[in-house]
Amino acid sequence: MESIKITIDKKIIEVPKGTTVLHAARQLGIEIPTLCYFNLGDMNIENKPGGCRVCVVEVEGRRNLAPACVTECTEGMLVNTHSIRVLNSRRTVLELILSDHPYDCLVCAKSGNCELQSLAQKLGIREIHYEGEKSTYRKDTSPAIIRDIDKCIMCRRCEMMCNDFQTVGVLSAINRGFQAVVAPAFEMNLDHSTCTYCGQCVSVCPTGALTEVDHTRKVVNALADPTKTVIVQTAPAVRAALGEEFGLEPGTLVTGKMAAALRQLGFDFVFDTDFAADLTIMEEGTELLDRLTRHLNGDTSVKLPILTSCCPGWVKFFEHNWPDMLDIPSTAKSPQQMFGAIAKNYFADKIKVDRKDMVVVSIMPCLAKKYECTRPEFAVDGNPDVDYALSTRELAHLIKQANIDFLSLPDEDFDNPLGESTGASVIFGTTGGVIEAATRTAYEVFTGKKLEKISFEELRGLENIRHATIDFNGLPINIGIAHGLGYARKLLEDIKAGKSEFHAIEIMACPGGCIGGGGQPYNHGNSDVIKARQTALYKEDIEKPIRKSHENPFVQKLYEEYLGKPMGEISHHLLHTHYFDRTNEVIIDE
Amino acid sequence: MSHIKIQLKPRQVEQLQEVCQSFNNKPGELINVLHKAQSIFGYLPAEVQEVVAKELNLSVAKVYGVVTFYSFFTMQPKGIHPISICLGTACYVRGAEKVLDEFKRLLKVNVGETTPDGKFSISCLRCVGACGLAPVVTIGEKVYGRVSPDGVKDILKEFE
Ligand code: SF4
Ligand code: SF4
Ligand code: SF4
Repeated sequence: MESIKITIDKKIIEVPKGTTVLHAARQLGIEIPTLCYFNLGDMNIENKPGGCRVCVVEVEGRRNLAPACVTECTEGMLVNTHSIRVLNSRRTVLELILSDHPYDCLVCAKSGNCELQSLAQKLGIREIHYEGEKSTYRKDTSPAIIRDIDKCIMCRRCEMMCNDFQTVGVLSAINRGFQAVVAPAFEMNLDHSTCTYCGQCVSVCPTGALTEVDHTRKVVNALADPTKTVIVQTAPAVRAALGEEFGLEPGTLVTGKMAAALRQLGFDFVFDTDFAADLTIMEEGTELLDRLTRHLNGDTSVKLPILTSCCPGWVKFFEHNWPDMLDIPSTAKSPQQMFGAIAKNYFADKIKVDRKDMVVVSIMPCLAKKYECTRPEFAVDGNPDVDYALSTRELAHLIKQANIDFLSLPDEDFDNPLGESTGASVIFGTTGGVIEAATRTAYEVFTGKKLEKISFEELRGLENIRHATIDFNGLPINIGIAHGLGYARKLLEDIKAGKSEFHAIEIMACPGGCIGGGGQPYNHGNSDVIKARQTALYKEDIEKPIRKSHENPFVQKLYEEYLGKPMGEISHHLLHTHYFDRTNEVIIDE
Repeated sequence: MSHIKIQLKPRQVEQLQEVCQSFNNKPGELINVLHKAQSIFGYLPAEVQEVVAKELNLSVAKVYGVVTFYSFFTMQPKGIHPISICLGTACYVRGAEKVLDEFKRLLKVNVGETTPDGKFSISCLRCVGACGLAPVVTIGEKVYGRVSPDGVKDILKEFE
């Protein structure tokens, strides 16, 4: 490839043709500030409208300052990233943005993680020389996400995520000039739109304009109530990311410290969603084998491929877009909801607590789970199986509020019986993990043979669409994987057109799967963070003594004692669900 | 923002689909498609935008974004008596803006809006070529010249 030599702040660097000034500078260790620019390159996510003009630099020989994020390097270019002209211009741009921004930092949910706030600090803004009208827009609250558009700086990252990556298309810039905001069509509320609550708009929003609905107060109240038995479950992807909130390197596993912290917070039972993930594999894997065998025996009424159903963002996307194919996703509930159903039925009976006196809290990397636990079909007489879903970020807040010195906590174990899990369940947190876990179990059940190699490297990676063929004793099983709803859409369109060759497909809404979920610590556009979390989960898998879901002794016991067999009557009632046509649920607000 | 709900007839949906097809259903032709649609329906209700979005394979939010960005698109149906006030140079210097303000004050609606009873709507134009009569106001087919703010009340009375 042709390479180009350029000089930035008197340092010389050679870069391939097409490199932007921003990236060339980064390679030199020069951090040109950005605001609207966002990049998760490894997952094909990039926002560069070149609109905010915070990243301007001076290029010798050019009259105007150039935005570094969209300016390509040319041979012999001389760039100054901190001339007086650049510094003044950057300040002016920022002051103008701040002049139409509420001064809410003290009480803003994004404070400490806000890119606008840190930029104002970096540039040393101490007063704002411009006074003008401030926008006022109604707050929009949904089951998972709050839009506080007065804090929007029109970077349009959320629009890029929602339209280009997720292809949900809920958010778009509307109106012009001072009136411009990012909003759903016809300015309807989020909960009247086709929003999947994947939370990816929240993940990328640099300010407090998009945040999660915070349930920490409700959880604190439940913990303080002596009449309640409060149970917590933690999703696989949380343990690989929570440490970041306490300054640990991305990819540091904090499973043991997390269990210890939850116990100190006062939860009566500290359980693991991983247990329910193993249960999911028992149910989903059995369903896969059942459909596969019937299909092989010539039953034309069975539909293949089977689609995973653990991701509630994906499920809602599916319900809005393919109401005519509601019979192809697995009917298995997500691990969160399986856990809730087992906790409030089996476990409540076991410890003789009325389900009304039991509070089930889940710690999730996900915002869609906040929505999922409010779905009416997951409640009995109005009492939900899962009461509150907190994000990884909210858990970190709870721990900090309780003055717990997280880093010096000893490693502790989860409680039993709903805390025991296998390596298969741990990898649920990454793209490719659910289908690998299912393959481990389905292979052994189908072929009657023991797996020689438990890891399926061919199912791993971060490409947005992957496929692999696994040999089931002479029978080739085609597996597809997609993360990101736009990529899922491609696979679904093939199915609809009758062109799909797959027997089973795993779909996760978020980039990288739940490790990149909408409730995780903010990655600020660094895909290495997501990669490190992925590596951590595969590491925990290898270190587990048991790595196949069907070998989880407590899962086996649960079937013996209570459930009977996978897809049996009780399982069917507690662990499976059905889907709804949501095409008519989109409401244009009057 | 208030929206008036309408139900498109199957024939109207077909008509819209034909408009989209005449532009090869290209997303890049959105603005042209919307222009054509507005010339047929007189305005762009939500239901029209939904059909256009579907046909051009765009999100409804994006279509709505374009409709709200350009001032020549409107989501409000015109009134039975559409009032147009010329704001061309000649009319403007002769006080057309004051006339406009008076219409707004009496009808309690803004430019681009329609009175709740659907009777009147206000829009502005640039030069109708009757500069000798400035300021000029048209209501439906009728043209009024040398309108003064004081005369607005009487003009509106004609339509009661
Ligand atoms: S949560 Fe997901 S689907 Fe909903 S608006 Fe945000 S990005 Fe779009
Ligand atoms: S809501 Fe957030 S991400 Fe979206 S445009 Fe505004 S500031 Fe950017
Ligand atoms: S991929 Fe995981 S974090 Fe993202 S919406 Fe789905 S379940 Fe939630």
